[in-house]
Amino acid sequence: MVNAVLFWVIAALTVVPALSLLFARKAVHIAMSIVLVMVGLATAYVTLGAPFLGVVQIIVYTGAVMMLFLFVLMLVGVDQKEDLRETLKGQRWIGLLTAAGLGAFLVSIVARVSIPAAEEAVSGEPDVIAQLLFEEYVLVIEVLGFLLITAAVGALVLTHVPRLKPRRTQLEVQRDRVRVGADPVNKPFPGVYARHNALDVPALDPEGEPIAGSVSRVLKIRSQTQEGEEFRAQLEDPSRKEGDR
Amino acid sequence: MLDLTWLLIAVPLASSLVLLIAGKRTNAWGHWVGVAAAGSTFLVGLGAFIQMLGLDAEERSHAVHLFSWIPGGELNLDAGLLVDPLSITFVLLVSFVGTLIHVYSVAYMEHDPNRRIFFAYLNLFVAAMMLLVLADSYLLLFVGWEGVGLASYLLIGFWNQKPEYATAANKAFVVNRIGDMGLIVAMGLIFAQVGALDFATVFAEAPGLSTATLTAIGITLLIAACGKSAQFPLQSWLGDAMAGPTPVSALIHAATMVTAGVYLIVRSAPIYDGAPAAQTTVAAVGAFTLILGALIGMAKDDIKKALAASTMSQIGYMMLAAGLGPVGYAFAIFHLVTHGFFKAGMFLGAGSVMHGMSDQVDMRRFGALRAAMVTTWVTFGLGWLAILGVPPFSGFWSKDKIIEAAFVGEGVQPWILGGAALIGAGLTAFYMSRLFFMTFHGKARWTDGQHPHESPALMTVPMIILAVGSAFLGLFLALGDSFSHWLEPVTGHAEHHDPVLPIPVIMAATLILVALGAWAAWRRYGAADVPVEAPAGSLATIAARNDFFQDSVNRGVFERPGTHLTRTLVYADAALVDGAVTKQAEGWARTGEVARRTQTGQVRSYALTMLVGLVIVIVVVVLGGL
Amino acid sequence: MDPINFVILAAILFAIGSAAVLLRRNAIVAFMGVELMLNAANLALVAFSRIHGEIDGQVMAFFVMVVAAAEVVVGLAIIIAVFRARQTISLDEPAELKG
Repeated sequence: MVNAVLFWVIAALTVVPALSLLFARKAVHIAMSIVLVMVGLATAYVTLGAPFLGVVQIIVYTGAVMMLFLFVLMLVGVDQKEDLRETLKGQRWIGLLTAAGLGAFLVSIVARVSIPAAEEAVSGEPDVIAQLLFEEYVLVIEVLGFLLITAAVGALVLTHVPRLKPRRTQLEVQRDRVRVGADPVNKPFPGVYARHNALDVPALDPEGEPIAGSVSRVLKIRSQTQEGEEFRAQLEDPSRKEGDR
Repeated sequence: MLDLTWLLIAVPLASSLVLLIAGKRTNAWGHWVGVAAAGSTFLVGLGAFIQMLGLDAEERSHAVHLFSWIPGGELNLDAGLLVDPLSITFVLLVSFVGTLIHVYSVAYMEHDPNRRIFFAYLNLFVAAMMLLVLADSYLLLFVGWEGVGLASYLLIGFWNQKPEYATAANKAFVVNRIGDMGLIVAMGLIFAQVGALDFATVFAEAPGLSTATLTAIGITLLIAACGKSAQFPLQSWLGDAMAGPTPVSALIHAATMVTAGVYLIVRSAPIYDGAPAAQTTVAAVGAFTLILGALIGMAKDDIKKALAASTMSQIGYMMLAAGLGPVGYAFAIFHLVTHGFFKAGMFLGAGSVMHGMSDQVDMRRFGALRAAMVTTWVTFGLGWLAILGVPPFSGFWSKDKIIEAAFVGEGVQPWILGGAALIGAGLTAFYMSRLFFMTFHGKARWTDGQHPHESPALMTVPMIILAVGSAFLGLFLALGDSFSHWLEPVTGHAEHHDPVLPIPVIMAATLILVALGAWAAWRRYGAADVPVEAPAGSLATIAARNDFFQDSVNRGVFERPGTHLTRTLVYADAALVDGAVTKQAEGWARTGEVARRTQTGQVRSYALTMLVGLVIVIVVVVLGGL
Repeated sequence: MDPINFVILAAILFAIGSAAVLLRRNAIVAFMGVELMLNAANLALVAFSRIHGEIDGQVMAFFVMVVAAAEVVVGLAIIIAVFRARQTISLDEPAELKG
């Protein structure tokens, strides 16, 4: 028997975020809510005596599947706000009616059923499951492995973008830069001193003057640059400590 | 020779086919082949006739079996020929007059490049007419019936380069067709009642049928006869049929084809003998038409159309006689034979006049031709005297007998029929004399450049022979009632009844009316000047000139309602019959249009459909299992 | 608490997931609804395994998880490919089947 409070907590944890599927606007919010649902379900599995399954639920669904969802959301437009108005006539009402009807029908059927629960709780330990998997259902496991490989290859194939134009070589990049009059060389790196990677210190040209383009303009705007005399002085006089003036 | 009578049909038919199929190669001598075919028909017919004369009266009916035509089943019919006095009479008439007209046509159609085709059609006609009169069953007669209708169509429309002539041919064919419907219905009735169509069986069974059946058969046969013989109400085609060449008018529309109706009625005597109502109808139709034709003939200025109206009227006489029962059958045929001679002779004469006057037909443009065309004048004149019924010429003997027979009977009928016949005789005298005097006498009213001349020998010799027949044939056949006795095996013996008026009175009345008519015509058209332009006549004259508006009547009574009916039926067919199918298809298409809206192309609506289906399945499974 | 209540909970989650598939236009959100449905089925399986005292339910749930993971991989790859072609992941946009 399951603790009643535990059951209601699990119920709240799964049903309430699931409703965001219907009402939330931003897809990322929905994804996060579904993560909560998955966690709630994992709790339910553990409650029902399937600890292995509960952990697998967290690892696979919460960790892998929902993250996949989030990655793809990021790729295809994370800031799309969906318009919740319905375009197809009658879709909303018939849809809601059908889904609610289905739910109500199933609930009514199940509520009337009373199956006496088995006395001894089933043990869903990994070794028990493993025994079943690799002795009775070994063929299924092998086929599932095959399936996973197929899925991975399929994903590769589907997302492969064939090169339609020839690859732009370095020669062409250089030519284009010269043609428009841009600087043919890369921008100068910031100055490097033995003390630290000085992103905030400008590089010096051969005359010893600082090169303006070597420090990020963001740092300049934020007033986080340094001139670098301190470091130079230190280099020239090794006895000087850092921070001395 | 009697067994060779099938040659009467085969030889002209073969000649016709040869001339048509062999084509232009036969142009040089084709017409002589046609003449020879017609002549051979006459010789075979003559031989059969002589052979028949040697037999006793009872044995004169000779059946020639040709072949098994419709074997077995409900109708078992053999094709065969029935050679008896009635059919031999027709054979002789058709072949003799036909041969003469063939010879005439050689010269008349000399300048026509299609002369060979003309002779082919003439031979086709002779073959079909022979089949008609020799057939031993109604069905075989019908084949001949249709054949002469076809030949008539081809010949009337011979010069179909002119649209009016082609239309006239169509008109003749269509009106004939209506008559043919009557014959088909009659055959159907006969077959339904008797179970056979050959004359022997039908006439043997006829006395056993009910009067109503016989009357129905009689009326439908009368319709057929009206179509072929141009009797009211199917008379509208005969005037327009004059569009054909004059030999055609002479042969077909004067002497032979138009008499086929009379033949049919006389041949079906056993049927009519049992249906007095039908007989009265026949006589009434004949009487009406003879007056109608006379009235029309009085107003026509076209010589051929006037002769056509005269034919219509004279056949009315024959119908009247045929409708009087056994007492009249022989006279009908007698008048038919004499009429064949004098009418054909007059038509050939008209052709000769037209030939001499460069194909002019308007009598108002004739006049004083007797000096220029003496032979024509003499032969035409003999025919004229014959048709008037002047003794001792042919018409007197035949027509007078009909008038006498018309006065036989009970109650008011003999007065009406006899009176009509008598008045008709007077009218005939008037308009035929008018025709004769306008053409040959009076002052010359020719158009400029006319040089009327006599026709060549090939044309005048047949006319002379026919004129001799017109003059003397009647007397010859009337001697000792030989013709009536000759036909007795077929028509049955008629008891002699006395007419309601004494015979001398009738004869005198006839002659007086004839003389009056001729004298009136002489006064107006012989002695006085004939106006070249037709004067505006009285209402009656205008009506008669327009054939009593017969075409308008036909159009209003039959054509327009018929066209409306056809249009309605076509519309109903398209709307209902076709519409049933198309509307159904449209219904399905519309259903498809509605169903198409479920295919929105939207993923979410498909998902919704799937879910709804799933819910339904679950509910059904769960509730079904509970 | 009778473990059967977990099955009721699973039914409710399933209904919510199917509603999300029908009602949301964003392809990824709809996909998340599908995942929710699969998880609801898993919960029902585990609950029944607890009720019947058999461990086979948990093994089945394990298999479902594996297959669901593979499905997510391929499904998201498809969404990316479609996005690259059409620059949108709205479920309303591809309507070529409209007839």
